[in-house]
Parts: sequence; structure tokens; C-alpha cells
Amino acid sequence: MSRFQVVSGKGGTGKTTVAAALSLALATEGKRTLLVEVEGRQGIAQLFETEVLPYEERKIAVAPGGGEVFALAIDPEQALLDYLQMFYKLGSAGRALKKLGAIDFATTVAPGIRDVLLTGKACEAVRRKDKSGRFVYDHVVMDAPPTGRITRFLNVNDEVAGLAKIGPIHNQAQAVMRVLKSPETAVHLVTLLEEMPVQETADGIAELRAAKLPVGRIIVNMVRPEVLDEAELELVRAAPRSALARSLSAAGLGGARRGGNAEKLVDPLLTQAEEYAERYALEHEQRSVLSELQLPLHELPLFTEGMDLAGLYELANELRKQRMS
Amino acid sequence: MSPDPHDTASRHGLYPARVLEVDPLIDDPKTRIVVCCGAGGVGKTTTAAALGLRAAERGRKVVVLTIDPARRLAQSMGIDSLDNVPRRVKGVEGGGELHAMMLDMKRTFDEIVEAHADGERAAAILANPFYQSLSAGFAGTQEYMAMEKLGQLRSRDEWDLIVVDTPPSRSALDFLDAPKRLGSFLDGRLIRLLTAPAKLGGRAGMKFLNVGMSMMTGTLGKLLGGQLLKDVQTFVAAMDTTFGGFRTRADATFQLLQAPGTAFLVVAAPERDALREAAYFVERLAAEKMPLAGLVLNRVHGSGATQLSAERALAAAENLEEPRIVDQEDGKAGLRNSPDTYGSSDHPDHPDRSDRSEPPVSGDPEVAETPAPEADVEEHVEGSPTATDSDPTADPSEPTVQQLTAGLLRLHADRMQLLSREQRTRDRFTARHPEVAVTEVAALPGDVHDLAGLRNIGNRLATERPELPEPPELPKTGN
Repeated sequence: MSRFQVVSGKGGTGKTTVAAALSLALATEGKRTLLVEVEGRQGIAQLFETEVLPYEERKIAVAPGGGEVFALAIDPEQALLDYLQMFYKLGSAGRALKKLGAIDFATTVAPGIRDVLLTGKACEAVRRKDKSGRFVYDHVVMDAPPTGRITRFLNVNDEVAGLAKIGPIHNQAQAVMRVLKSPETAVHLVTLLEEMPVQETADGIAELRAAKLPVGRIIVNMVRPEVLDEAELELVRAAPRSALARSLSAAGLGGARRGGNAEKLVDPLLTQAEEYAERYALEHEQRSVLSELQLPLHELPLFTEGMDLAGLYELANELRKQRMS
Repeated sequence: MSPDPHDTASRHGLYPARVLEVDPLIDDPKTRIVVCCGAGGVGKTTTAAALGLRAAERGRKVVVLTIDPARRLAQSMGIDSLDNVPRRVKGVEGGGELHAMMLDMKRTFDEIVEAHADGERAAAILANPFYQSLSAGFAGTQEYMAMEKLGQLRSRDEWDLIVVDTPPSRSALDFLDAPKRLGSFLDGRLIRLLTAPAKLGGRAGMKFLNVGMSMMTGTLGKLLGGQLLKDVQTFVAAMDTTFGGFRTRADATFQLLQAPGTAFLVVAAPERDALREAAYFVERLAAEKMPLAGLVLNRVHGSGATQLSAERALAAAENLEEPRIVDQEDGKAGLRNSPDTYGSSDHPDHPDRSDRSEPPVSGDPEVAETPAPEADVEEHVEGSPTATDSDPTADPSEPTVQQLTAGLLRLHADRMQLLSREQRTRDRFTARHPEVAVTEVAALPGDVHDLAGLRNIGNRLATERPELPEPPELPKTGN
């Protein structure tokens, strides 16, 4: 299992949730994982129902079996100041730089530098060892930018390495790139069983492969339970309306006769079944598109009441059962 | 038209929202720009395309500027080549015209340079490595170029209406911030320090800055490598002397967005995160004095049978799956609820309470062939069963009608639960922002691939809800 797990996906597919569940799933048997967030959204804090995360690694959850999940919201500005402090002992001069807009420049405008700082910090955590020479974190899971930007985000180090041909940023970029392109890293893509996210997943995988970044797995999120199966859907098309009306009436829902309350339910219920059938067919189609991508495929169920901490543990459990961790 | 499937949901809302009327907005000749914004994955691009098509088919000359559309959606409008030029969309009905284009941010940036610098200088800028990265990669360039392109399209004055889709940003707010950020950077103190340090030297008050500056350029040089710093300096100098302030341009775009004739539509889905983002956006637009037309709530679910609650549907499904109760006639006596009392306020005309005491009517051909009065004709065409009345219980491996009915009821219970969740989410938004007009777009089971699909979305966007208080006067609370 790769030590650095990057989780991306189209907007709205729940990649933050999947990243969080994965960090829990990987923290079994006394292991320690770090979950990092790079987009300043505080999605991790919301999921784990804790206060806003500072730029500091702190424990946010205990996994079954005694493992621990730490979390870090990487702030590029802080990361840069850290970095300057580490290499140049800048101290208060850092603040002067900030006043001048230099930090703002480096972290938001200068192409790629922001991304190098973000991936750089994550890679540092991946490689960090304690005094006894053991890795501090068994796994680092990153809640990464969406599929449309993931290749550029991870590959930006190449871009920066090309742009800054010498100097510490150059060296940093090179070092980060070595981690990202090694088997130590796996980039997972989260999708839904819908056309656009699946298409974007296929495109994203092609881009990642072209950039020689290691593609991990596909996680299909929010999979709806099967309410009607193939045979029942067949029957929807064939069943006589009157029989359905009688059946509804027998269930205690009113009269089966024309205009009766049970009879009046038949059409709306059949309409809903048709909609279900259409989606059912579409989902099957998307599943087969995904299976053609020839990557390990995982499916996570939809929690209709919305995601909360309990749901997160259930998803983690599900990932463990599916041997994703 | 068939009755709207989710009118009941709206009617039961605690906070009846003002209704966003799309047609008057897009028909008004004074409306020149519509900006669709919102979180990723809520159908923003589809909304923009559907609005554009609808406006065109209602007689206006429209251009839709999309940023990064899903391929199939782009194909549905006939724009699969990313060439930064508006293309006329074929198959548009009615008197208007629809043009569509995809933003190529690098191309747009290059065009600005080519338009404002003489040949030699332009070539120098285009070849500068810093420029090449900035124009292709900087996280804010796309936002900046989208606004730039909007300004260009508007100044050409060729179109009655420009519909803009905003970039899939980290946060929906990025597109408002990015132009200013890039503008203020390229125009800002840091750049002037980088490019013309000598100018500052003589001024007493700048002593500290000067010290800071040399230290800083030194640091930046160390950090980025001296050669990159030099690239930046050359780039900025060239940009600065050839065409004026970036900040001025950014400000002009900002003013264009604030001007009358621009309308913002915040797009969301009835989900917690999307509506939270929408609320932020509404607040931000107000703070920036940008004209908000309303909220487009996509993918709202409805049901033609809202009179049957989730709880009752589930209880009925259980009854069916429990053979003792269904097969024996007296099993009905065990039911807690009298069958025909629910929904009676919605259907006061049907005196079929006698059904309670009668066994289910069987074999009545009239029942089989007469469509229910509320049949949803539009959505339910090919699925209508035409089979005659027969009892398909012969093969035990086949699902029985009873099993199917139980399944249908479970499906309905799911739908009703979804409806009430969506309603709660929407009510939370409306309570926080009662001033925002809302239009709800009924969910489609599949994706949109062609003009017919976009037209369908357009119809759903514009559907009025007569049961809601009439805008534009202040809404009355309580029904």
C-alpha cells in the first residue's frame, strides 16, 4: 500500500469524505495517518465535527484498534514562511516580506509556487522520520484539488523545475517530483455513477498516465441501493394497472376502483419507477465504462441523511472490507 | 401542461420564497449580461447553455461563454473545437441566434498582448518563460481571462445578451477575487519595486522600503533562482510599458459587472454544501454591489403522489410483504389507518370512502384501461402498461405484482424522504435570504446531450408556480 495517497475527483463527488474515510481505514492496528487538506476549505474540520484546523498537525480521530488520525490544513503562506525560516532564518523579515506583498506574490501569483509548497509540505510529512528512524506517519492521505486540475497540481513541480532552473525552489520541486512519481504515491479518483463525473474520471486518468503519475484506484461514491431489480423493472412495463391498483388497495391504501385513492397512486408510482429504470440503466452503463478503465474499483454507499461522523466510520469500515487499506 | 410534480413541496415550505421569473429577465432588452455562478457540480454550465438557448429561441441574439464544459454538453451545442471564437449553434428555433464559445485562456492572454504591443515587443513577451507559465498555469488566470473575454464580447456590442458560465474554481468566490488579485499584483508595489528600484532611492520616506526591497529581491532571487526573477522583471517591464495598468482593466471589468444590464444567477442544487456556498455567494455579491437576479435551484425532485407519506408507503409495503395480512381479507382490519383519509384535502371530490368496507374490485376492465386523471403525460409515455388484466403469479421465480407494488412503495418512500430533505435544505437558505428570488428546476434522471435536452431544462427553468405569492411585491408569510 502506497504511503502517500492522493484523493481527487470531480467537484460534488465527495472526495473530502472519501479521503477522510480512507485516512481512518488506513489507521488500523495502531497505525498513524495524516490527512491533509490543501484548498483552505476546512472540509476536514466540518466532517470530523471539530473546530477550524490551524496550520498544525493535530489528532482528530481514533480509529478502531487504537490507530490515530492526524489532520493538517496546509496554508501556503504559512508553509512559505516556515520554509524561509528553515532555510534562511528570516525571522521578522518574513513579516516585512508579507507587508510588501512578496508572500502574496509567491503563494498566489507566481505560477506553480503555491502548488510546490502544498505538495512539498505533504511530501515532507511522508518522508519524516522520528529519532528511532521510523516513519512518523504510516500513511499520508491528501484531499487534493479536483480531477480537472489534479495533473497540473501534481505535475506543477515539473513546470516549476523548468521555470526556476536553479535555486532551492528548483531543488525542492525535483525532490517532490521524485516522491510523486514513485510507487510510494497513488492517485485515486472519486466519481459518481453519472455521465459527467465518469467522463471526467476517464479523462483524468489519461492525463495522469500521460504525466507518468501513479494512478491508484477508482472509488464510486454515493451508490444508491437497488430498490427494484431487473425482473421487477421488467414487470413494471408489463404489469396491468388494475392489478397494481388492487395490490395497493390490499396494502390498505384505499380504493382500487377508478378514481379510488389506491388507483390514483398507480400512475405517479409508475412514473417514479420509469425514472428509476432510466437511472438504473444509466448507472449500469457508467459501471461498464468504468470497468473498461482497468483499475481496481470500489463502491461506497449513499448516506441519504447526509454525512456525519458515524457515517464516516461506516465508510472506513467499508473500505477496509473492500481491502482498500 | 401536466401539473408540476413538486408544487406541493413548495407549497408546504415554511418560507415561501420569491419566484425568480426567468423569461422576463432574458426577454428584457436591458439585460445584456447574465453571469451564472455557484459551486462545482451543480449544473452551472448546463444552466448557462439552457438559458442561452431559451433566450435565443425567444428572439434574442445570444452568445454563451463557457469555460470548461463537459465534452458532451459542448457537442450538444456543436462546439467541440476549443478555438476561442463564438460559433453559431445550428438547430435553434425561432427568430433569434445562439452563438457559443469555449474560453481558451492562453489564447485570450496572447491576444491581449498582441493587441496592445507592437510586433517585436509582443514577440518578446510571448517568448518570456514567466509569461508562458503565467498565461497557462496560474490559478487565477482562467478567472481573469474569463472576465477579460466578457469585457471584449460586451464592447463589440454584437450580441443582445451574453451568458457567462464561471470557472470551476476552488471556491465560487475566486472568480470575483482573482482579477483584482492579479491586477493588484501586476500593478502593485512589489512589481514596481522589482522593476524600478532606482526610482525609490532618493526619497527619504522610502529608506526602509528600499532596504526591505533589496533584501527582498535578494531573497526572492535566492528562492526562485536569479534567472526566474530576471524573467519576471523583464516580463513586467514589457507589459507595463506596452499597455497600461492591469488594475485599471480589472476595475473596468468589475464595473461592468456592477452596471445595470448585468444579472447574476447563483446556481445550486438542494444539497447542504451547494446551498451553503450559494449563501456565501449571495452575501458576497451584495457586499460588492453586484446585481443578483436570483437563485436557480437545480435537480429538485418531485412526486405526483405527495399525498402518500413516506411512513405510510413503508407501512403499506410491509403489509404487502407480510402474506398473512394481504392474502386474507380480514387482514385489513389490522391496519391502523383508515385507507382513504390521507390527502383528502387535495382531492375532496372523490367520495370513495365506501372502498374501505368493500373487498378490492377485481377484473373490472374499466379499472385497467382508464388512465388516472393525474397521469403525468409528459414523463410517462412509453412506460404505460397496455397489457390486459391478468394475474401474473403463475411462475414462482418471477416477482409477483405484490412484490413489485411493495418495491414501488419503497421507491416512493425514498422519494418522499428525499423531497423533505431537499425542502429542509432549501428552507434554511430561504430563511437566511428571504430577499432572493428562486426558481426550481425539476431533476432529470439522465444527463443532457442535445438541444432538445437544453430546451427541456429551459422550460423547467421558466415554469411558473402559480400557488406561490406573486412577485415582485414583498412575499406574505404563511399560506
